[in-house]
Amino acid sequence: MTDRTDAPRDKRRLPQINPVWFLLAALIVAIIFMNPGFVEPTGYMNFLKRAAPLAILAAGQVYVITSGGFDLSVGSLITLVVVGSSMLTNNDPTATYWVIPVMLGIGLGVGLVNGLVVCVLRVPSLIATLGMMITLNGLAFLWSGGAPRGYLPDTFRFFGRELIRDVPLVRFIPVSVIVLIVVVGLLAWLMHRTNLGRHVHAIGDNPIAARLAGVAVNRVRITAFMISGLSGALAGILLGGFAGVSTDVGTGYELQAITAAVLGGAQLLGGRGSVPAAVGGALALTAIFTLLNFLGLPQPVRQVVQGLILIAAVALAMHRRKQTGT
Amino acid sequence: MTDPVIEMRGITKTFPGVRALSDVSFDVRPGEVQALVGENGAGKSTLIKILSGVYQADSGAVHMNGEAVHFAHPVESLKAGIAVIYQEFSLLPERTVAQNLFLGREPRGRFGLIDGARMRAETREVLSLFAAAGRIDPDRTVGELDVATQQVVEIAKAVSTGAKVVVMDEPTAALNEAECEELFATVDTLRERGVAIIYITHRMREITRLADRVTVLKDGEIAARFDDVPAPDAIVRAMVGRDIKDFYAPPATPDEIGETVLSVRGGGNAMLHDIDLDVRAGEIVGLAGIQGAGRVALAMALFGQTPFERGEVTLNGEVVSFHSPRAAIRGGVGLLPGDRKAEGLVLMQSVRDNGMLTSRAFGRLWGSDRKNAHADTGRMDGLLDHMEIRAASYDQDIRALSGGNQQKAIVARWLSMRPKLLIFIEPTRGIDVNSKAGIYHLMRDLAREGAGILMISSDLPEVIGAADRVLVMQEGRIAAAFAHGATEQEIMHAATGEGEVAA
Amino acid sequence: MSIAEDTPPRKAGFRFERWAPLILLGGAFAIYVVVAVATGQTQYLTFENLIAILSRSIALGITAIGQTFVILVASIDLSVASLISATAVLASVVMDGSPAMIVPAVLAALVLGGVVGLTNGVVVSGLKVNPLIATLGMSLIIQGALSAFVSNFAGEVPVEFQIFAYGEVGPFPVALLFLTAMAVIGWAVLKYTKFGSDMYAVGGNDEAARFAGIKTGRIVVLSHVICSVCAAIAGLYLASRLRSGAPWIGSDGVYDLESIAVVVIGGTVLAGGRGGIWGTMAGMLIFSLIDSVFNIAGVDSFAKQVLRGIIIVAAVAFYAIRSKRIVA
Repeated sequence: MTDRTDAPRDKRRLPQINPVWFLLAALIVAIIFMNPGFVEPTGYMNFLKRAAPLAILAAGQVYVITSGGFDLSVGSLITLVVVGSSMLTNNDPTATYWVIPVMLGIGLGVGLVNGLVVCVLRVPSLIATLGMMITLNGLAFLWSGGAPRGYLPDTFRFFGRELIRDVPLVRFIPVSVIVLIVVVGLLAWLMHRTNLGRHVHAIGDNPIAARLAGVAVNRVRITAFMISGLSGALAGILLGGFAGVSTDVGTGYELQAITAAVLGGAQLLGGRGSVPAAVGGALALTAIFTLLNFLGLPQPVRQVVQGLILIAAVALAMHRRKQTGT
Repeated sequence: MTDPVIEMRGITKTFPGVRALSDVSFDVRPGEVQALVGENGAGKSTLIKILSGVYQADSGAVHMNGEAVHFAHPVESLKAGIAVIYQEFSLLPERTVAQNLFLGREPRGRFGLIDGARMRAETREVLSLFAAAGRIDPDRTVGELDVATQQVVEIAKAVSTGAKVVVMDEPTAALNEAECEELFATVDTLRERGVAIIYITHRMREITRLADRVTVLKDGEIAARFDDVPAPDAIVRAMVGRDIKDFYAPPATPDEIGETVLSVRGGGNAMLHDIDLDVRAGEIVGLAGIQGAGRVALAMALFGQTPFERGEVTLNGEVVSFHSPRAAIRGGVGLLPGDRKAEGLVLMQSVRDNGMLTSRAFGRLWGSDRKNAHADTGRMDGLLDHMEIRAASYDQDIRALSGGNQQKAIVARWLSMRPKLLIFIEPTRGIDVNSKAGIYHLMRDLAREGAGILMISSDLPEVIGAADRVLVMQEGRIAAAFAHGATEQEIMHAATGEGEVAA
Repeated sequence: MSIAEDTPPRKAGFRFERWAPLILLGGAFAIYVVVAVATGQTQYLTFENLIAILSRSIALGITAIGQTFVILVASIDLSVASLISATAVLASVVMDGSPAMIVPAVLAALVLGGVVGLTNGVVVSGLKVNPLIATLGMSLIIQGALSAFVSNFAGEVPVEFQIFAYGEVGPFPVALLFLTAMAVIGWAVLKYTKFGSDMYAVGGNDEAARFAGIKTGRIVVLSHVICSVCAAIAGLYLASRLRSGAPWIGSDGVYDLESIAVVVIGGTVLAGGRGGIWGTMAGMLIFSLIDSVFNIAGVDSFAKQVLRGIIIVAAVAFYAIRSKRIVA
C-alpha cells in the first residue's frame, strides 16, 4: 500500500456540533408550538422528570456500546428492581434505606455477571445480555409469584416522584432531575476525562491493539457492563417512583436506551460514544413520544416510530461514514 | 517473438501526497516469466492493482492482446483472464478444495443443481497438472491443508478459470525449501502451457531460477529492464540505487553495547523449540526467517501473548514469566505489532490518545486522562513534536495520517514507558522510502539510550542494514546467527534450511 | 503480519466442532432418560411420547431453519418473534372461520413474510445497517403496528386448517412430517444449489465471494426472505395450533432468541460460513428434550424461564469458549 499524507478534510471539522442537539431543539420548538405551557417550569420540569430514567439508562448504555457491545438486560433489570423493591420493602417505609443499596448492588452484580460471561465465557454480548434478560424476567416473576404487590412506600418513591419546592427561577425541581444531573455529570466526567473513558473507547475501537498496548481489556469491559447495570438499577428506582409495580414496567427500555445512544452518535460495535449526546438522544426520543401523545396517536405507534428512528439513525450514520471514508 | 499479451503504457498513479507510479511501461508475453522486482514501497503492488482493476490509473493505458482494456473491478479482469494470487489467499477455509476451485462458477447438472461429480472430476484434472496432485483430495476442507498446498489450490483455481496471465505476489514467502522447488515446477508447468506469468519477488535466487525477463521498479519508476537475466548484483544495484550508509543508521560501536538485557534459555511452546537468545543493552538484533518460521511466535512469547511453556527467561537479571502483554509491559518489554491497522492503532482515536494509550493503561482507572505516572499530555505533545509527526493537530483522528506518521505515534507510546527491551515487528512495512530512514534512526536512538532491541523483518536488506546481529529462525528454532555484514544469500540459505547450519 | 500468522494449519481427522451437536444431543437424551427413570416416570420413554416431545418444537424448528440461512451469511434476524405473531393474527383474521379463505390467508401470511424479509435484507445489505439493529427495529415496527390493531385473540381458524397442527398420518403428526420435509429441502438447497454454495462463500469471506463474481447483496437479501417466510410458516402453524392468532404468541415463545440459540447449538457459527440444517435440527431436539426434562421434573414455569436463559448462554459459551477471539 502506498502512504497517504494528512488528509486536509478533517480541518473543517472544528466547529462540529452533534446533530442530536439540532434535532432536540427542533422537537422542543414543535412541542412549545403545540403546547405553549411547556415553557413554564411545570411543563419542562415534568418533561425532564419523565425523561430522567431513560436518560440515565442511555448514559450507562453508551459505555457498553462504545466498548463494542450491547446491553439488552437493562429493561428486565428495571422490572426486577421495581418488583424486588416492592417485595423487600413490604410496605415498611423504613426499609427503603437498606433496600436501595441492595438494588444498586443487584445492578452492579448483574453487570458483573454480564461482563464475566462476555469476557471469560466469550459469549457475544448480544446473546449474553438477551439470556440475562430472559433470566431476570423469570426471576422477577419467580420473586413476586407472578402477581407483584401494588405499591411502594413513599420513602422509596421519593426519588422518582417528589419535588423540591421554592427554588428560585424555576420554582421547583423534581428530585429525579437532581439525580439525573448528578449521575450524568459523574458518568460524563468518567467517560471523557479519565483513563477509564479512554480505555472504553480504545477497546471498542480495536480490542487487539488495546490488549497489545497493555490495556486491561477485561477489567475495562466488565466495568462498562457494571456501569450499565448500575444505571439500570437507578432507572428502576426512579421509575418505581412514578410508575406502578408490575412485571412489565421495564419492558422495551433496553431498546429505547440503545436508540437514544445511537441518536447521540454512538457508534455500534464500538470506538465512539458520548455521554452528553446519548442523554440528548434520550431527551429527543422522549420529546418525540411527547409529540406523538399531543397528536393523539395510540401507544403502539410509539413502537413503530421508535423502530423507524433506530434504523434511520444507523443508516444515516453508515451513510455519513461512507462519505467521510472510514 | 510472440506479441505481448499484456502491455501497460505510461502508467501514472498518484495518491494524496504521494506519486506511487510515474510513467511506468511494462509488458509480458505468453509463455514467459517476467520478474517484477523492487523494494517494499517501490510500486509493485500498485502496478498489479491497476492491472487487475483494484485501482484506476490517473493516466496511461492497459492493452490486452493489442486491444485497450479498462477494468473497473477485479471481477472484470478475472473474466478477461488475469488471475492475481495474493499473499493472503482468497480461499474459504471451511469449504472443500473442489468447492473453492469452482467458487462462483459451479458446473450445473440436471434441474440446475450443482454437478458434484463433474466438479470433483474437473478438480482432479486441473490438479493433475501439479506435482502436489497426489496429496490433494478434492473433498478435503481447505482449512486442513498446509500453506504450500493451499497455494497450489489457489494457483489451480487460476488455471481452471482459464487465466492467460497469472500474477504471483511473493509466492515463496511462506514456503520451505522443498515446497519452493515444487512451486517452481508449478510455474514451469504454467509457462509450458503458454500462460504469461508476472512474478513478484525480491529474492535473487528465484529470479535466476525462473525468470525470462526482469523489470526493476524503484520509487515508482522503471529503474531497469533486462531482456536476459543478469547477474544478481546488477539487479540489486538497480533496486537499491542509493547509498546504504546514509539510509540505515550506523551500527553500534562496542562501547555502546552494555549488559545483557534479555536472555532466554531453552524456551519453547507449541510453536517454538529450544530458544536460546541474548539481547544486550544498546544493540539491535535482527530476526530473519520465512513466514511461519516462528519469529512472530517468539515475539509473542516474550511479550506474554502466547507465553513460553518451557525454559527460562531472564530480564535485567531477574527470572521472569509473563502471561499477558500487560505483565510483560510492567516487566519492561515493549512491542510494535506488525499489522499496524489490525494490532497497533486505535484508528478512531486521536494521535495523542494513540501515543498515550499504554501510559494510561498503567495509570489508575479512575484517574485523570491528562496526566499519569509515565506521561502527561504536554510531554506527549513534546515527544510527538520531537519525532516530527506530520498532523494537522494531535487531536486529529490517527487514521488520516500516513503509515510512517502512524508508526511514529506508536513509537511515542513506548518512549514514555522507557522499556528495557523493545520488539519491532516489520517496523517499516507499508511505509514510504523516505520515512523508513527516520524509523531506523529512531530505533538506533532508542538503543543508544540503553534499550535492547529485537527487530523482526521480512525485508532482508533491512535486517542486514539496520541490525547489529542477525538471528535466523527456521521451523520454530533459531537456526543460525550472523554478525553485522552478512549477505542476503547466507541468510536465505539458513532460513530455508538449505546448506549447513552456520555458527 | 498478524498474531495468528504462525499458527499451524488445523489438524485433519477428528474435528470436535463437527460432532459437537451430536455429542450434546446424546447428553441431553441421556439426562432425559436418567430423569425419567429416577423419578419413576418411565411412561415418558415410549415412542409416542418421543413423538409428542418433537411435536412441541415444530414452530421453533421451522423458525430455526430460516434462522440458519441468515446466520450462515453472517447476518441475524431478531424480528422473527414479532413476525410470527403478525402472520398468525393475519391468517386467523383473514380466515375468520371460513374454510374458503384458507388459501388467501396462507398467501397473505407468506407475502407478509416475504415483504418483511425483503425489507430486512435491503436494509442490512443495501443501507449497511447492523443486522441486529435493523431486525430489532423491524421487530418494534411489526409489534407496534400489530398492537395498534389487535390486543387479544383475533379471528378464528377453521377446522380444516387445524389439520396442519393436529392431523396425523399413521403414527406421525402432519406438522412433524412437514418440518422434516422443510429440513430436507433446506439441506438440499444448501448442498446442491449454487445459491447454497454462494451463501457459504458470502458468510465465510464476503470479499472473496465478491471477487469470484458472486452478487453478495442479492444472496443476503434472499437469505432474509427465506428466514422471514419460514417465520411466517411458523406463525401459520401456531395459528392452526391455537385455533386463533394473538399478538403475543411470538414474543411469549421467545422465538427470536431461542431460534438463534438452536442454530448455534447446532454448530452453525454466528460469524457465518459454517454449519447446516441437520445441526439446527439436532439443536431443536436438544431444546425439546431439555424442556421435557423440566416438565418431568416438575420445574415451576418461572424457574423454567430462568433456567432457559442460563442454558442458552451456556450453550453459546460451550462453542465460544474454545475460540481465542476477543468478543464484544
